[in-house]
Amino acid sequence: MKFSVILDALPYLLGAAVTTVWVSLLGVLLGQVIGVLVCVARQSGNRAADIAGGVYVSFFRGVPLLIQLLLIYYMLPLIGIDVPPLVAAVGALSLASGAYVSEIYRGSLNAVPHGQSEAALALGFPTATIWTRILLPQAFRISVPALVNELILLLKASSLISVVGVAELTRTSQTISASNYRPLEIYLAAGCIYLAINGALALFGTLLERRLQEG
Amino acid sequence: MTAVSEAAAPPAAAGDAVPMVSIRGVGKSFGTNEVLRDIDLTVNKSEVVCLIGPSGSGKSTLLRCVNFLEVYDRGDIRIEGKLVGYTEGTPRRRQSNRELRTLRRNVGMVFQQFNLWPHMTALGNVAEALVQVRGMDKAAAAARARQMLDRVGLAAKADAYPARLSGGQQQRVAIARVIAMEPHLMLFDEPTSALDPELVGEVLQVMRDLAADGMTMVVVTHEMGFAANVADKVAFLDHGRIAAFGTPREVFHESAEPRVRQFLQTYHERNSF
Repeated sequence: MKFSVILDALPYLLGAAVTTVWVSLLGVLLGQVIGVLVCVARQSGNRAADIAGGVYVSFFRGVPLLIQLLLIYYMLPLIGIDVPPLVAAVGALSLASGAYVSEIYRGSLNAVPHGQSEAALALGFPTATIWTRILLPQAFRISVPALVNELILLLKASSLISVVGVAELTRTSQTISASNYRPLEIYLAAGCIYLAINGALALFGTLLERRLQEG
Repeated sequence: MTAVSEAAAPPAAAGDAVPMVSIRGVGKSFGTNEVLRDIDLTVNKSEVVCLIGPSGSGKSTLLRCVNFLEVYDRGDIRIEGKLVGYTEGTPRRRQSNRELRTLRRNVGMVFQQFNLWPHMTALGNVAEALVQVRGMDKAAAAARARQMLDRVGLAAKADAYPARLSGGQQQRVAIARVIAMEPHLMLFDEPTSALDPELVGEVLQVMRDLAADGMTMVVVTHEMGFAANVADKVAFLDHGRIAAFGTPREVFHESAEPRVRQFLQTYHERNSF
């Protein structure tokens, strides 16, 4: 073991870690939007929307993320859409995370007692307002632990986007260790960086939960 | 001058002729199980009508039909003359959500489980419908919400979240949330059944005050003392039918109906020690 190589590589690894973090965050944020839309579609009572949402969730939960990535990366150019690696990566992460997030919200919505929307209904609330003011805020609170868990899983899964050539933490570690022949030190350092990021996320989640419980 | 303004006012008798709630021949079935059969009931303006009876007798279902949270299959329910849930004429169709909303604005409902929104303060719970349904601006809604909380004796708890309130306080906030909307009619679905015995009194007191102010109320309750002292009329339901109806005196003391006698007997036995 030669730890000085880690010090030499550290600036590159940390730079790549920043890419990992923002690609994951972007994936989770877009995933939230997709997840809420799919969830609402499936609960709306519209049969076609329910089926479409169900197919979407089955596909993106059932096919490995690596295959989804490669499909998006190689298939879209076939139909004339040329995607930069980064877009394919963020797209795949968002779509996959959207499928999981919609299921998280679905479970959380079922955990909101029926009387909550009934009280609003009896007061004459429009349906859309019941969703935005009563149901979704409560479902969000219930789902915070599961959402933080999803964010951590997605951050680790983002190592897969190295295969389409995005220079995130895993890809950069591969490149560096291929040139200095010190894979053990470099991957150890990369592992520690992943651990530190996810530790920070878990802490953030705990604080958020505590804050939401107060109010 | 006074003569002119008196003449301009509509005669009071004409307004009173239309009952607040008129239920005619209402029936409802869950599959083959008939939960409401041929119900007739009239509630006049400023009257308090209590629905009593054994559990499973259909009293909560009937109450929930009045604001169409529960769909009735047969008969008519009218509030201030307007048909509830269906369009006029045959064959009748369900009202649109918009039509139902218009109707529900004038009908408040208080639930057994309070159903306060846990992510809003007491004030927020009362102000929310004023903003979202009445379209009031936030400051005006908050001011009005504060008045309503004061009316149920909870001005000091305006900023507390429901989880920090006792059951009795939560139910009083729920009542404030409803009266803020100035309903013409209030429905109470076992408002004290989820409360510890020592908290029942404070909620019943608020309801007594409302009745004294002339609010029209339909109350499903197991509080026989409230029914006997506050109600103008009592309806005893059994197996989906109104088995006895009249003033509290007529139902509690003069009814020869054996099911009423038996029901009240079990009450006396339970409350004597």
